[in-house]
Amino acid sequence: LSATPEMPKEDGRPKWDNKFQYILSCIGFAVGLGNVWRFPYLCQIHGGGAFLIPYFIALLFEGIPLLHLELALGQYLRRGSIGAWNTISPYLGGVGVGSWMVSVLVSLYYNTVLTWVMWYFINSFQEPLPWSVCPLNENRTGFNEECYESTAVNYFWYRKTLNITPDIAESGKLQWWLILCLAACWLIVYLCTIRGIESTGKAIYVTAIFPYLVLTIFLIQGLTLPGATEGLIYLFTPNLNTLKNPRVWLDAATQIFFSLSLAFGGLIAFASYNPTKNDCEKDAVTVAIVNSMTSLYASIPVFSVLGFKATTAYWDCLDRNIINIINEFDLPEESIMRQNYTSWISFLNSSYPEKIAGLKLKSCDLQEFLDQSVSGTGLAFIVFTQAIILMPGSQAWAILFFIMLFSLGLSSMFGNIEGVFTPLLELQIIPKSAPKELLSGIICLISFLIALSFTLGSGSYWIDIFDRYAASVPLLVIAFFEVIGVVYIYKIKRFSKDVEWMTGRKLNLYWQIAWRFISPLLLLIVFMAFVTLQMQKPPSYTAWNPKYEGFPMKEEKVYPPWIQAICVLLAALPPVCVPLVALFHLVKQKRRSKDPSSASPEIFSCQGANN
Amino acid sequence: YAWDDNEEYLFKAMVAFAMRRYSSKSTTQISNVLLCNVTDRVSFWFVVTDSSKNVTTVPGSEVEAAIRMNRNRINNAFLLSDKTLQFLKITSTLSPPVEPSTPVWLIVFGVVLCLIVAGILFLVVSGIQKHKKKNKDSTERENLEEKVEVTLENGIPCEALDLKPGHINGVFAADDERFTSL
Repeated sequence: LSATPEMPKEDGRPKWDNKFQYILSCIGFAVGLGNVWRFPYLCQIHGGGAFLIPYFIALLFEGIPLLHLELALGQYLRRGSIGAWNTISPYLGGVGVGSWMVSVLVSLYYNTVLTWVMWYFINSFQEPLPWSVCPLNENRTGFNEECYESTAVNYFWYRKTLNITPDIAESGKLQWWLILCLAACWLIVYLCTIRGIESTGKAIYVTAIFPYLVLTIFLIQGLTLPGATEGLIYLFTPNLNTLKNPRVWLDAATQIFFSLSLAFGGLIAFASYNPTKNDCEKDAVTVAIVNSMTSLYASIPVFSVLGFKATTAYWDCLDRNIINIINEFDLPEESIMRQNYTSWISFLNSSYPEKIAGLKLKSCDLQEFLDQSVSGTGLAFIVFTQAIILMPGSQAWAILFFIMLFSLGLSSMFGNIEGVFTPLLELQIIPKSAPKELLSGIICLISFLIALSFTLGSGSYWIDIFDRYAASVPLLVIAFFEVIGVVYIYKIKRFSKDVEWMTGRKLNLYWQIAWRFISPLLLLIVFMAFVTLQMQKPPSYTAWNPKYEGFPMKEEKVYPPWIQAICVLLAALPPVCVPLVALFHLVKQKRRSKDPSSASPEIFSCQGANN
Repeated sequence: YAWDDNEEYLFKAMVAFAMRRYSSKSTTQISNVLLCNVTDRVSFWFVVTDSSKNVTTVPGSEVEAAIRMNRNRINNAFLLSDKTLQFLKITSTLSPPVEPSTPVWLIVFGVVLCLIVAGILFLVVSGIQKHKKKNKDSTERENLEEKVEVTLENGIPCEALDLKPGHINGVFAADDERFTSL
């Protein structure tokens, strides 16, 4: 007889305050910087509107099934990634360990990107914006040479922010301003993840919703800018010929996969805090669709602004030519305008060809300016900042833009940190009596110390390496093993029954087919195509070298062998955990079977499928 | 505004003014400044003659220096800037950007950092307080549960039974006779 009162948390596991927090956390994790600076770029280079076709096919057959799988898994087993996979089968525990490792590696470098965003943010409070003017050289007769040859925005990014070295092997010094910002970023992450989902659940309301507000503001403002329509037409004009290129399909599949943040273990962790009787099917479809819609929605302001920038550059080019011509021929002011430029040029070319040739006029082509497509950090820190200078009230736009990028990145960081935090909490690395705040503090402190290496002069080259190798191939491998593990080891029949018990209705045939055949096949194809493409040429990078002859073009360099070894290590370490842990358990099993007196619980869970 | 003879007159006046200020002699007159090759572009050549030295032209370097010294005044007279009023072969010295004593970004960073640290301290302290309260509550509940358990037993507290050793009843064990004599 016991009169202990009913505990509100049956197994002491924290839970979401409400369903909306959970959905928002998943959306915030999935919607990140890639939605803003990678999807519009892919859309542009792969034939505009036509890219949406492979994108939605990939979403349907790869994105949504894998997402549903992860959410259902976490929700049913009520454990983080390591614990969940250990429960399915100890032989599959390596999948959880691999996910955990990838989350660790990504958390390290992702927050450094946020450091750059924060640096730009705190520099946006000045008039004029520091990336709009070149500093003067020593004797004040002209501008700083490096800045003059490239542009002020390039100079601010490569010199004032990164203080980049010309080669990855040269480490340079630690940049103290980046260290300060890195410390601030990790403190912010600590502040928000201090108590696990209890604190991120509150923070996510702001960090997940705020970007949508800012995107809307930028949308309205962007559409009013001159040249916005050119940019949008250029983005969305479908060019169906590009669909013949298999590269397009590969890019669509990888974009969907990485955009949804699958195989990080963060989604499993989020879902594990749910009540078990929750409709994970609807959640998965909702999160995936919102993620894709956000990508589309974000590409509109991005391309309005890029169109505006291209148009302004085009006008500048024209104006420069016009001034040169007017000076040369002593024509009255305003005789040549942008509109009649072409007719004037043809007239002058026919009457005075040598003079025109002597002027060395640059050919101004709007298409050429629109074609200058950039993705990633280049888009945010070079192209967009340049466009912001041209807008009226640039400080406000810069501040808004960088807060938006920061929120997008921060909500993704929550998922990453949760993927690291939840398994550690379950493995009881720290004694149960110690507060959760201690564990999150230790994680943030260790990550900060390791991430200091990214604030070196060569830091951004290293971040590129991590982005390309640690956060790409391992995820594909782990996701493949996830699907195979659930479908063929845990057995799809048992999993379907679990999902039906949770959602309360029978599993649609679509999920069965997708999980059994389509998704694993697609993942395998994507993985092989991806690796083949990477292996086609030796891994190289572009370096910013002021002493290069082709400066301001970036210099193509090949990675030295020791760095190539590190790349292989980063890409191979998480996936290799899967067979390693399986092997470890096999050896342990063989040893135990030699000693029959000890009943091993592993046998029970291995054959648990027969329950 | 349109460029007409009055503007040309003003230009001559400004150049004369510049020469006067530079060389501190007041001999340069407006008539000493000669314009030639005026085009529709509004570009022209000009020379400054020296009336005291038998109508020779003032060396170009002197004129350059004079104009450089008074560039600002000349620009403002025409409501133009260095870019819109160009003197070929006279480069303008650039003014250094205004640099405040502490960089602005450091101030903003300080504000942001203070907010973050305040937030963390608040959360950590409230966490410790909640932890203490939970410990106190749980020990109280444990005491309550003990009492509940104790009273639900047979009616006799187990501890009481355990603690007290056996009691010899003096009435029955008074004499040494252990067996009753028949």
